[in-house]
Amino acid sequence: MSARLSLWLLMLPVLLWLGLLIILPHIDMFFVSLRTRVGVGEYEYGLANYAAFFTEPLYLRTFARTAIMSVLATALTLVIAFPVAYFIAKVARGRWQGVLFLFCLVPFWVSELVRTFGWMILLRETGVFSSVLQWAGLADGPVEMLYNDAAMMVGLVYTSMLFMVVPLVTTLQSLDDSLVEAGYDLGGNGFTVFREIILPHAVPGIVSGSIVVFMLSLGNYLTPTMLGGKDSLWFTEMIYSQFIVRFNWELGAAFGFLLLALSSFIVWAALKLSGQTLEKTLG
Amino acid sequence: MIPTIPQPAAIRWSYRAYVTLFFLYLALPLVTVSVFAFNDSLFPALPWEGFTWDWFFGDERPKRGLFHERSILRAIGTSATVAVAVGLLSVGVGLCNAFLFDRREFRLKGLLYVLMLLPLVIPGIILGISILVFSSTVANGVEDRLGYDLELLRPGLALVVLGQFSFITTIATLVILARLRHFDRSLEEAAMGLGAGRLTAIRTVTLPYLAPALVGSAVVAFLMSFENFNTTLMLVGSDAPLTIEMFDRMKEGSTPVLNAVSLLLMVGSSALALVMILVQRRR
Amino acid sequence: MTESPVTPPDLECRDIVRDFGDTRAVDHVSFDVPPGSFFSILGPSGCGKTTLMRMIAGFQPPSAGDILIKGRSVLDVPPNRRPVNMVFQHLALFPMMSVAENIGYGLRRQGLGRSERDEKITAVLDRIGLPGTGDRRIDQLSGGQKQRIAIARCMVMEPDVLLLDEPLGALDLKLREHMKVELKALQAAFDTTFVYITHDQGEALVMSDRIAVMNAGRFEQIGTGPELYHAPATGFVAGFVGDSNRWTATVETRAGDGGTIRTAEGLTCSVASLPDAPGGQVTAFLRPESISLGDTGASGDGRNRFDATVDTVYFNGANSHLRLTVDGTAAQLDAALPQTGAFQSVRAGDRIAVSWGADKLVCFPDAGN
Repeated sequence: MSARLSLWLLMLPVLLWLGLLIILPHIDMFFVSLRTRVGVGEYEYGLANYAAFFTEPLYLRTFARTAIMSVLATALTLVIAFPVAYFIAKVARGRWQGVLFLFCLVPFWVSELVRTFGWMILLRETGVFSSVLQWAGLADGPVEMLYNDAAMMVGLVYTSMLFMVVPLVTTLQSLDDSLVEAGYDLGGNGFTVFREIILPHAVPGIVSGSIVVFMLSLGNYLTPTMLGGKDSLWFTEMIYSQFIVRFNWELGAAFGFLLLALSSFIVWAALKLSGQTLEKTLG
Repeated sequence: MIPTIPQPAAIRWSYRAYVTLFFLYLALPLVTVSVFAFNDSLFPALPWEGFTWDWFFGDERPKRGLFHERSILRAIGTSATVAVAVGLLSVGVGLCNAFLFDRREFRLKGLLYVLMLLPLVIPGIILGISILVFSSTVANGVEDRLGYDLELLRPGLALVVLGQFSFITTIATLVILARLRHFDRSLEEAAMGLGAGRLTAIRTVTLPYLAPALVGSAVVAFLMSFENFNTTLMLVGSDAPLTIEMFDRMKEGSTPVLNAVSLLLMVGSSALALVMILVQRRR
Repeated sequence: MTESPVTPPDLECRDIVRDFGDTRAVDHVSFDVPPGSFFSILGPSGCGKTTLMRMIAGFQPPSAGDILIKGRSVLDVPPNRRPVNMVFQHLALFPMMSVAENIGYGLRRQGLGRSERDEKITAVLDRIGLPGTGDRRIDQLSGGQKQRIAIARCMVMEPDVLLLDEPLGALDLKLREHMKVELKALQAAFDTTFVYITHDQGEALVMSDRIAVMNAGRFEQIGTGPELYHAPATGFVAGFVGDSNRWTATVETRAGDGGTIRTAEGLTCSVASLPDAPGGQVTAFLRPESISLGDTGASGDGRNRFDATVDTVYFNGANSHLRLTVDGTAAQLDAALPQTGAFQSVRAGDRIAVSWGADKLVCFPDAGN
């Protein structure tokens, strides 16, 4: 078998996969987003769908809201996860290290549906928190804690937590204890050692964790639908409704492209700002 | 900061308290879901009406347990079929990709590698709609030209498998590639020096070495497929996999049978994860 | 061990003990280091020397005892305020910073302004012979350069004591030999007190003013290199510092300080000085270079003389030696083989006369060391 032939055979699966399931579908989706239906089986090509997006305040507002809330969820996840990851990587010793790390992984093995369902049972009007508050005499009647932005944020952070903790633990474990000791030995204190040694060392973990968490939040459909309020739409919900409910694939495809552009831009910006590459971050 | 740096006891204890609180936050929704699977009440909510197995084994309305709910059992079967297909496909393609990227040099290899990573940074819902749009385009084209309706390319299980496969393959590739990169190629050369052909050497030396990564990526692919929601939601036809079935029931507000299903899922995936860990530890 | 009463020693440890659970890592260690000297702690791995050093740096508290720097106890001074700095085993240079940022790190902690920092950084880089390297990244440096940067990073802090935790361990043999000389020169140039720990006796002997030999948490002996080599205080020191022929033997006769011993292999020798040995069991040490080859004089001068057969010649340039078996016994000897004319033709199987003075054979009570 010639080297050339075997190379092509080995390349065939990856080319079929990426070509037929990633590249061509996205090109096709882009073409669909450029057309408008004018009659049965008749289409006009142009930027009408994108124009509709930029002239309809509801679309724009939802888009911006989704982006800002996703950034917020990412930041919140990072702030909550970092001390825990540091504890697992640097403070916990021996068996504890492995056990705590495993505990962090457990929610990942459980479907997002189950996690969301758990928060619904806890937060809703007839839920556990509400009942406990009434029982403790802190509330007179049922308290609705579901269907607002805070509940949605709790769910988003919960769902993404693992994807922040794991890369952080991995990078922090590779930080040699003696670097921290040297930082102290040369006169640093907790704050300066954190800022100048621990944080710069953790940058790759922070970037890859943040990218994944941001993507997951931006593309989340379940959590905003189940935990978020009726009038606090998520952009994925608009895509879903254009495709499945209104059957307006052209507008839906345009929305999809805008979401893809937004997420690509933010991933690209995060990589550029931190001097990382996609290969290093994911591979 | 690290155990060898003296810290005031107050800081040490509040740090530990924070980490404890974090793990409570992680456990809370999962524990809640599990506990209410045994509540002898028609709603997964307080008050506690006593312990029951009915939500698993009950066979009469209104307390019909999951093992007597046809639609749920069918959904589990559907999910398992899809997950096995996705697992086999993605591990197979992932194995080819790993050999391609580890062993071969060719033009634009770096570009292909980045392309291969892309599915991880495309939101799942967009993967779903782009495949939906493209497959419809192809199916419509075939129908217009040949007058033959390609059922396979209409929303349904085949598309669900393709949609999940499109991003799970990246993960399988990365897992297998990571192990292959640590393989000492002189072992293969030694086998060929002892009279094995190249393919025989790969089959008898390299593949057994890769086995833990193959098993690991198969399990991960199976679990990710079983739990996938976003991509599946856009591509599903009339046969609902378990996550879609649960989603529909959650929207309606369900009896604790949903808790029972959730608990079953947790136990199932934990068991699978545990088996995987044990298999990999033995090697 | 005498010091002037006016200037206190730079570093003094008084009766330091450190326990980890049931095991005692450091066992009642006391020593002091006068200003400007190079002090080494030499011992096998696991002897407690790293623990001792980390206690001085402040990363571990002693279970008992006191540590004084320039006469002041530093037990309640945290590591970031102790006037000591440490060169870590793997150097612990910050990979995310440039050379200049590494050196400037501690100066910034002291609140020094930019121009002052740059001045000091430039000066210290000149001093260690690496001028103009401030902008380099750490991974662009060679092993020896990293070594010098790690020392410079501490020296700009002008510490009272510089601690060095086996910093040469990661270097290859050639570079290690070179760095020994260089370290000693740097210490003289900076005129700072160095405390150096190592398991390599060569490093300790070459560089140090004084050496403490540590074993199982205790100091066996403190002294200069020649003192340790020629007058070891314990069997452990005799065995650990330098190469020796080593036998277990029984005391046969006693006469004054000395007497004769008989080794387990059947060799009977006279010894100039015999210790009190309960049960008459001793361990005897003899340096390979103390053995004279060939016929070196008449009998009756108190030397131990034997005829021996050459088993193997180990040629290694100036460090060549012979493995011999003493005729009529099972006793094997390693003897230095001078590369001077007379012995260049020695071959395996040759018969050769050997002798050594009774004072060269050093005996210690057999404590089961």
